[in-house]
Amino acid sequence: MSVSEGSSRGRFGGYGGQYVPETLMSCLLELEKHYASAKADPAFGTELQKLLREYSGRPTPLYFAGNLSRQYGGKARIYLKREDLNHTGAHKINNCLGQVLLARRMKKQRIVAETGAGQHGVAAATVAALFQMECTVYMGEVDMERQRPNVLRMELLGAEVVPVLTGSRTLKDATNGAIRDWVTNVESTHYILGSSVGPHPYPTLVRDFQAVIGQETREQILAAEGRFPTHVIACVGGGSNAIGIFSAFLDDDVRLFGVEAGGSIHGHAASLSEGLPGVLHGAYSYLLQDDDGQVAMAHSIAPGLDYPGVGPEHSSLKDSGRVTYVRVTDQDALGGFSDLSKLEGILPALEPSHAVAFTRQLLANGADGADLIVINLSGRGDKDIESIEEMLKS
Amino acid sequence: MMLRDLTRSLKTRGEKGLAPFLTAGFPDDETFLRLLGAASSAGCRMIEIGIPFSDPIADGPVIQESSKRALEAGMTLRKALALAEKASKTVPAALVFMSYFNPILRMGLEEFSGCARRCGVSGVIVPDVPVEEAGEIRRALSENGIPLIDLVAPTSSGSRIERIASAADGFLYLVSVTGVTGVRSALSGDLGGFVERVRERTELPLYVGFGVSTPEEARETARHADGVIVGSALIRIIQGARTNDEAVEKVGAFLKNMKQAMNESGRS
Repeated sequence: MSVSEGSSRGRFGGYGGQYVPETLMSCLLELEKHYASAKADPAFGTELQKLLREYSGRPTPLYFAGNLSRQYGGKARIYLKREDLNHTGAHKINNCLGQVLLARRMKKQRIVAETGAGQHGVAAATVAALFQMECTVYMGEVDMERQRPNVLRMELLGAEVVPVLTGSRTLKDATNGAIRDWVTNVESTHYILGSSVGPHPYPTLVRDFQAVIGQETREQILAAEGRFPTHVIACVGGGSNAIGIFSAFLDDDVRLFGVEAGGSIHGHAASLSEGLPGVLHGAYSYLLQDDDGQVAMAHSIAPGLDYPGVGPEHSSLKDSGRVTYVRVTDQDALGGFSDLSKLEGILPALEPSHAVAFTRQLLANGADGADLIVINLSGRGDKDIESIEEMLKS
Repeated sequence: MMLRDLTRSLKTRGEKGLAPFLTAGFPDDETFLRLLGAASSAGCRMIEIGIPFSDPIADGPVIQESSKRALEAGMTLRKALALAEKASKTVPAALVFMSYFNPILRMGLEEFSGCARRCGVSGVIVPDVPVEEAGEIRRALSENGIPLIDLVAPTSSGSRIERIASAADGFLYLVSVTGVTGVRSALSGDLGGFVERVRERTELPLYVGFGVSTPEEARETARHADGVIVGSALIRIIQGARTNDEAVEKVGAFLKNMKQAMNESGRS
């Protein structure tokens, strides 16, 4: 069973495509056209670079985590790519700055976005404020409860946060809400999709805007160590921070690991490890689903990973074997959170805490040749402290 | 009768088509089958059967709710095919499936298409497969004599309409507004202009759906189009009925009214 003979545009291996209602097609074609013209326009690149530098604070540091390295066996030097030090506290701003410039080129006055952990919602609300656009963010009711600080931040930034009460009331349903809004207001509104998922051209566009993470890491690790890392490790929900850092190392002798949410007895969000290819939110990709093709409920302690699908490029990288996809449980992720907090004085978000936890497991199992590791620390954990406190109590 | 012969003969006779949309297994299997019968008795020659899906991105709250209820009661694509097989023996109306892509993909394009033929399905609409991605499913269906019904939106450019029309068969499904399915306070301002834009590019019969909810709107729509699709308004009637008998009776009466109003449009 394959749909790889579909549109050849926007395919990664056989994955990707544009599985959307006809109403959205002209808009996707327009977005693709404007993105191509923006890429060819040096002024676009210059403006984006300036914003990344002066507004978001790039380049973000590549930090050698000495205490963590010692704690995890001392054989590997572990670096953290500090995306948590971006303005708004996560890598999401990289993509939002790029997309809001595209929205302006397309003369859209309104932004719509989905959010799980709230980091993308905050970044979208931020760029909307900066460019004086209206902004509506869809967020599942469950996530609004467990990421309250981010809800408040979005509202303070002037965005309207719409609670989504359908389905699992998490990221998947927030995305449904955002797509329905977009279909209805397509003439005036640009949808800033926050991960490397969705219909073409989104997976490509989001990867390109996040590729800055990998490009900087490459230069920084060469400057610090004079060689490439042996391992690069990133968490994967939809997969934007992972594809951003992986994209710079795909052609090099560097082992790449994507860490999915292994969840708990309540379920998991390991689409690549446990799912089957299917179509959700516009793309053909690995998907958690039942035998009848209904999308399954995902579960993760980390709202940003709590999604039953994954970006199509990751599906292709899994099939080709170029990236190894693994899973880490909620409980182990909490351990990663604790390690980084207590050993380095850095509160990581629960999402990259999965990548930290996997690094610990990898080194505990005596991984061959793992002596220089980069973890993509995709966001900071301030948003999570209330829910972590709850979990530690229970 | 093949779907294209049905819609063409209606068009030739000047009879406006009324195609109700009903969610498979809603409010329950037996009442759903009775609703198909009532729709057919009300003069509907074609009925759309909606396959419930967990993530119906093209649907508004009313159809989302009916899908959710049907899913909770255990409805699946395979069960909907079995219901269609049962219905096709007693209901003369052509049965057209409307399903999001993933349930079909999971079952397998060939298996679904063969099964649809054996169960008496006359056409298939897949709202999240635009013409660019439609090649394989169109081929699998057409090998079984079933057309894939394409949608056209107000945002579709002239060249897209031409591309869609040249691939299409049976009829074209015109989405009346940019938005999701559901009852609206007013229809799109320039429905006539939209229908005309499509009409200039194809001879196919044109059916308008998304948001047609009253006999008056159906009559107005039928002045421009060859047929009208009504969904959320029916689901709301079923949801509002106190008993299943009442639901069947009210849906039948509503469709009769609508059909009558539309035929008046033919004479005006």
